[in-house]
Amino acid sequence: MLELLWLVPALPLASFAVLALFGRRMPDRAMAALGAGSIGASAAVSMLVAAAFLSNPPGGNAYTQVLWTWMSASGFEPQIVLRLDPLSLVMMLVVTFVSFLIHVYSTEFMAGDDGYSRFFAYMNLFVASMVTLVLAGDLLLLLLGWEGVGLCSYLLIGFWYRDPANGAAGQKAFIVTRVGDTAFLVALFILFTNLRTLDIQEVMRRALAEWPVGSGLAVASAALLLGGAVGKSAQLPLQTWLPDAMAGPTPTSALIHAATMVAAGVYLIARTHRLFILAPPVMTAVAVIGAATLLLAGFSALTQHDIKRVLAYSTISQIGYMFLALGVGAWASAIFHFMTHAFFKALLFMAAGVVINALHHEHNMFRMGGLRRRLPIAFWTFTIGGASLAGLPLITAGFYSKDRIIWDAWVSEGGGAGLWLAAILGVFLTSLYIFRAVFLVFFGEARTEIEKRPGAAIIVPLAVLSVLSIAGAWVPGFFSFLTPALPPFIEYHTGALTETISAVTAAGAFLFGLYLAYFFFHRRRDYAAAIAAAPLGRALHNWWFAGWGFDWLYGRVFVRPVEGMARVNRKDVFDPIYNGMAALAALCWKLLSGTQTGLLRRYAAGIAAGVIVLVAIALFL
Amino acid sequence: MLFALGLIGLLVRRNIIFILLSIEIMLNAAGLAFIVAGARWAQPDGQVMFMFILAMAAAEVSVGLALVLGLQRLYKTLDTDAASEMKG
Repeated sequence: MLELLWLVPALPLASFAVLALFGRRMPDRAMAALGAGSIGASAAVSMLVAAAFLSNPPGGNAYTQVLWTWMSASGFEPQIVLRLDPLSLVMMLVVTFVSFLIHVYSTEFMAGDDGYSRFFAYMNLFVASMVTLVLAGDLLLLLLGWEGVGLCSYLLIGFWYRDPANGAAGQKAFIVTRVGDTAFLVALFILFTNLRTLDIQEVMRRALAEWPVGSGLAVASAALLLGGAVGKSAQLPLQTWLPDAMAGPTPTSALIHAATMVAAGVYLIARTHRLFILAPPVMTAVAVIGAATLLLAGFSALTQHDIKRVLAYSTISQIGYMFLALGVGAWASAIFHFMTHAFFKALLFMAAGVVINALHHEHNMFRMGGLRRRLPIAFWTFTIGGASLAGLPLITAGFYSKDRIIWDAWVSEGGGAGLWLAAILGVFLTSLYIFRAVFLVFFGEARTEIEKRPGAAIIVPLAVLSVLSIAGAWVPGFFSFLTPALPPFIEYHTGALTETISAVTAAGAFLFGLYLAYFFFHRRRDYAAAIAAAPLGRALHNWWFAGWGFDWLYGRVFVRPVEGMARVNRKDVFDPIYNGMAALAALCWKLLSGTQTGLLRRYAAGIAAGVIVLVAIALFL
Repeated sequence: MLFALGLIGLLVRRNIIFILLSIEIMLNAAGLAFIVAGARWAQPDGQVMFMFILAMAAAEVSVGLALVLGLQRLYKTLDTDAASEMKG
């Protein structure tokens, strides 16, 4: 069964090829069946593979499938090799399964759109790239998947290309993540020149053998890998692209910008965790970036009007939690939170999509309201997703995964009160902003008409994900299963805090956030408006609304100077050089073309004169 | 002397037949030079070379006459300056 592994990325890729080449001539039903079916088949194959892996674990707890040698150039021999170990198994299962549900949802959500086949082609290519990224056993193949998801996110964000704003959002995502990708590429160069290989396991082994802890090369390569992860996972300081990425269709947001792609950075760090262990300063940086991002994004989410932007900021914030876990060495907790996050965030986006579609593509939460009775499915699924996101104690999956991270942030070697407090404050903010959204959208009086109601293809995935958002944390033996791939977490100091107190504090923060959301956005909405209208409140509101002014800052520091230079240098300073060369060539042509008279006797005379000159030279020199 | 005569003929005449004749004169001048040189130094090589030149001249004439025919067909004249369409 394990040999079927190659089918997992191959099926979506094949379906992409068919859809891209023949999609225009296929009926809608066939496109939907192919687009969603290929992902379904891929998910089924990955479950078969997982079952085979679990029932009969291969030696070393990893299965490697070498497909072929990519290229071979004097010692540089990257291979197309898939590697299945507990870490990639979990990622593969979550990615294919959640993607499948999102594809099923899309068959109905995107119905009637002009670019139906284009949409499924891109989505399939995206899943193929993501699975390649996850299963890659070689860093170069991982980079291929990495760039593939980057490309697809660009294509899908700008999917409705007739609106230039969407295209601009796509370009922004592409360019900002490119900054991180460049760092990633430089990290690969460093690793290859020093360790002479790009095979992930081999790199880790040699790095462990050759580099002492804290050595310059280890720190440099880990920091550059972190740069790549920060770009892809939308963490500080490269987080600005994700909120704008909501320009794409909602299933795209669910797939790329919530459930799977942004987790690529988390996966990369977990995959290369040994390098990070060799570089303690970078580990600290990961934790600090995570904590800072989760707070900044939480505050920004509080002020947004657009329901999808709230969710976008919440994604940034939750990925911040994962980075925090990675930074304190709680690798398995990060992957655990990735899994639950994939469930509830996909659910939230898809429920938000139902609301948006029902209300004539209205995104502004302040123009929604009272949908609790009129769209009960959206209400219940969104609330379940929101509760899981915020960590409703004891019953939701999000509570368990987040609680672990909060606890790990306290007891780990690099953790402490600062990170723990940030995480607790994050819980409070999460609860506040997501229930603000719930109260604004589903409670209060109705403001708009319902245009259309969801059908079965939308309801079923929502229901499945709702169940998973609640029960997803009850995977028996999840952590012991991951142990061969990720080192176990070491509790370092407990101090005055016990795990129960930490959990109770998190629950208290959740309830406090919920209460405040209820009070300000349901009971006394005028209070919230009054706070936002006060001078200090308004300044903070505007600042947070603009995502802490990062766009403004980058606009001033990077975009404006480049635009200015482009204006000054409209007539390229290098142009005269090349124009001059062209003019010189034209002049030579004019001079020489005069000698081509076409008269035979002139040529003969030329030959004779040449012979005389040559003979003279031969005789007298 | 004979060679220079041929060369001048080549340069001043425009009729292609005369040009070919001039080339023949130049070839024979070169052949004569070989014979004389062979006689002067008592070597057989000069005569051998003349044989080669003779054979080459025969081949050259056949090609040259074919060109004359082609020129006549195309331009209805034997003036070489008429065929100057390759002017740069």
